[in-house]
Amino acid sequence: MENLNNLYIQTVMIFKKIIILFFINFALLTSSVNAAPEKECFEKFSRGVFNFNKGLDRAILKPIASGYNKLPEPIRNGAGNFTSNLGTLLTIPNHLLQGQWKLAGESTASFAINTTVGILGFANPASKLGLKNQQEDVGQTLGAYGVKAGCYFVLPVLGPTTIRDSVGMVADTIIDPFAHITLRENELANISGNKIDYFSVQGATAIDFRADNMTNLDSLEKNSLDEYAAMKSLYLQNRDKKISNTFSSDDDEWEEFNK
Amino acid sequence: MKKLINALVFVSVTLITTSSFSYNSEPKIFIAELVNDAIKTLSDKNVSIAEKNKKIEIIALENVDIEALSMYTLGPIRKTLERTMLEKYQNLFEKYFLKSLTSRLTDYSSQKFEVLGSEQKSETYTIVSSKIVESSSQPEIKIYWRVYTKDPARPLIRDLIVEGLSLAKTQKEEFASILNSNNNDINILLSKLEEFIKK
Repeated sequence: MENLNNLYIQTVMIFKKIIILFFINFALLTSSVNAAPEKECFEKFSRGVFNFNKGLDRAILKPIASGYNKLPEPIRNGAGNFTSNLGTLLTIPNHLLQGQWKLAGESTASFAINTTVGILGFANPASKLGLKNQQEDVGQTLGAYGVKAGCYFVLPVLGPTTIRDSVGMVADTIIDPFAHITLRENELANISGNKIDYFSVQGATAIDFRADNMTNLDSLEKNSLDEYAAMKSLYLQNRDKKISNTFSSDDDEWEEFNK
Repeated sequence: MKKLINALVFVSVTLITTSSFSYNSEPKIFIAELVNDAIKTLSDKNVSIAEKNKKIEIIALENVDIEALSMYTLGPIRKTLERTMLEKYQNLFEKYFLKSLTSRLTDYSSQKFEVLGSEQKSETYTIVSSKIVESSSQPEIKIYWRVYTKDPARPLIRDLIVEGLSLAKTQKEEFASILNSNNNDINILLSKLEEFIKK
């Protein structure tokens, strides 16, 4: 009974945070975060940070990811599934905040199935049932509310972002139940964790992503005239696509070249 | 990102064939034939990498609208440049484009491809939708092809939109960044293109 009460209180607290966030979103709608997304906040600094991140990648992340890629495929898939399943905990409240009830239901079912039948998320039986695990975050929710990206910059270690997405990144740690248990070291449904758990999962996610993109990032580096600009373009296009959940092929500029 | 770059590699493959084969002019069939032919060629172990690279160039020149792509990626500055400078840029861009395609080809591994459908957006272009089928090593990747169809008998590829990310737009923004950081001096962009071609 006491456990149920605790669970109820914790759930109410999380929803209170979601509601607060909801109002912050609307406040941001009328705020000054309206600069054109292609604008840079401080390009010189960002280019420096970008080079620093690349150095860090070469020295630490890439060698670890190379080793990770040598592991048997089932182990790599299991690790990827595990971190992706935990990411669903952040996706669910964001679907709710965007009014995507069906997707929220699918994500919840996906998490429940993968955590139980899928042995703590190491397997992904939900995908075989057609339940897609679409990743959503607060930056996307703000974008869906109409908040513009604001200027672009690069954060040390964390990489490319915008004003909107960096605000979203902080808000992510507030509404994400996994961060609630680990980063903030709160108990939820008798589950507890610590900061090491949080950063371990974040680290594993980064290694998994880097390992998946080994060839791709090498190719981008090899074939770009300005890798920083190429990465910026890809990041901004990707965020736009994730926010609109669609793509547009419209580009009037092509019409100028109709012979 | 992974999907985009995978597709960059994939488009390289699509531009390869064993001969200067004429593809069907119906956009959907054009893309299907081009890609399937390319995959078939790539799996031929009797063809050397050098030969494949040569074939990429031939097929790209025949089936990609490199001239329009070069102008699109240059951005608004193209309107202010002298003809001789534009020609110099176009010449370098073509070499750059072909070299980057061949470079990406080396990373290719066989993938299963399906054309899903096509939609005529206007008199001048059609979008062909396709996908790289999910495998154990990668998820499904959706690719949309912008095909220029003003001359219905000779469709030309202008852009690939991979999971919502336009390759042409990425290239354009990369060039714009170089120009913006150098007071729109086209010579800086030209020297960077030359540098890439020589390396």
